[in-house]
Amino acid sequence: MNFLAVTPPVSGSAALVAAVVLGAVFGVLLHRGGVANYNVIVNQFRFRDFTVLKIMMTAIVVGGIGVLALNSAGLANYHIKPANMLGVVLGAAVFGVGMVLYGYCPGTAIAAAASGSVHGLVGLLGTVAGGTLYALSFPWISSHILPVGALGKVRLPDVTGVPAIVWFVALIAIAITVFIVVEKIERRAPPSSSS
Amino acid sequence: MTSASQPSGFLRQARWNPYLVGASIGILSWIVFGLVDKPLGITTALTGVAGACATPVLGADTVSANAYFKQHAFKWDYGMLFLVGVALGGLISALVSRSFRAEVVPAVWRERFGPSAAKRLAAAFLGGALVMFGARLADGCTSGNGISGSLQLAVGGWTFFLVLFASGIVTSLVLFGAGRSAKN
Repeated sequence: MNFLAVTPPVSGSAALVAAVVLGAVFGVLLHRGGVANYNVIVNQFRFRDFTVLKIMMTAIVVGGIGVLALNSAGLANYHIKPANMLGVVLGAAVFGVGMVLYGYCPGTAIAAAASGSVHGLVGLLGTVAGGTLYALSFPWISSHILPVGALGKVRLPDVTGVPAIVWFVALIAIAITVFIVVEKIERRAPPSSSS
Repeated sequence: MTSASQPSGFLRQARWNPYLVGASIGILSWIVFGLVDKPLGITTALTGVAGACATPVLGADTVSANAYFKQHAFKWDYGMLFLVGVALGGLISALVSRSFRAEVVPAVWRERFGPSAAKRLAAAFLGGALVMFGARLADGCTSGNGISGSLQLAVGGWTFFLVLFASGIVTSLVLFGAGRSAKN
């Protein structure tokens, strides 16, 4: 793993301008991708619309190979979050329940609320409540849950010994297989959640 | 869609190809990692908003004494402005594609739970709260863990991605049932 010793190419107030621009690009992509839409997200979990999976897997493979190349060339740092396994598993389980009930995740909710989703906006008030509840329970959680299965900032190549490039070759194969299967399913029963 | 070949036609399309969108998000992450040395993420900054909103309710003392809020104090930093950008992007995209419209009860919800706005808004509020609590417990949401974590091959990112999908599938079975009825 390479680390940049120098400051990033864009920093200071230029980074703040970049934040708005990059965020806007992300917002446009989420909206035009169709994932700022309750029906599309819920129907993913019902296996009736595979848009979410297509976008996420493509983003992971394309993004991952590029970031791996940038890192190998010494042009980008990794930003790995600590794998506190109990926290991640419980958090993801709660997140999954919430995502089906809400029909959005935080990023898509912001894009949706800005494009007219009233229930998306109300749910954002819910995220404020949820964030507050978490902050209030943080003292207990940080001593009882986060330390359980705390593996540190680990990557799959670290724990398996299989190099990153091999992981990406495997991920490309998996992604292509999944895409062929879901395209076949969608041809048989076209998703009705386009609106 | 005969205008699809013209650039203006593309910009007005309500939906873009999901593979193109996914690849673009991937390329966006190269730019974010390489240019500003940050991962793509949402909920860390959203925590600051929660703290700012909680201040009048809980009192400034409670909020400033809280270790988590202190760690994620609200400020107009990169993460917060990224959220402003996402909202701006959603708005611009909706206006350009002429798809901005107020939605209170979405079709799939209405089909299953009826047209009650109160019911839908209560569910959205509860769902939003769960999403945020879960994202903070896992230290990242679909963007920070699911995409940014997974693309770096982070163990936490992939665990989040897989458990999120498993949990979402079970939840949708409970809420909507397994029926693949002949639909509209």
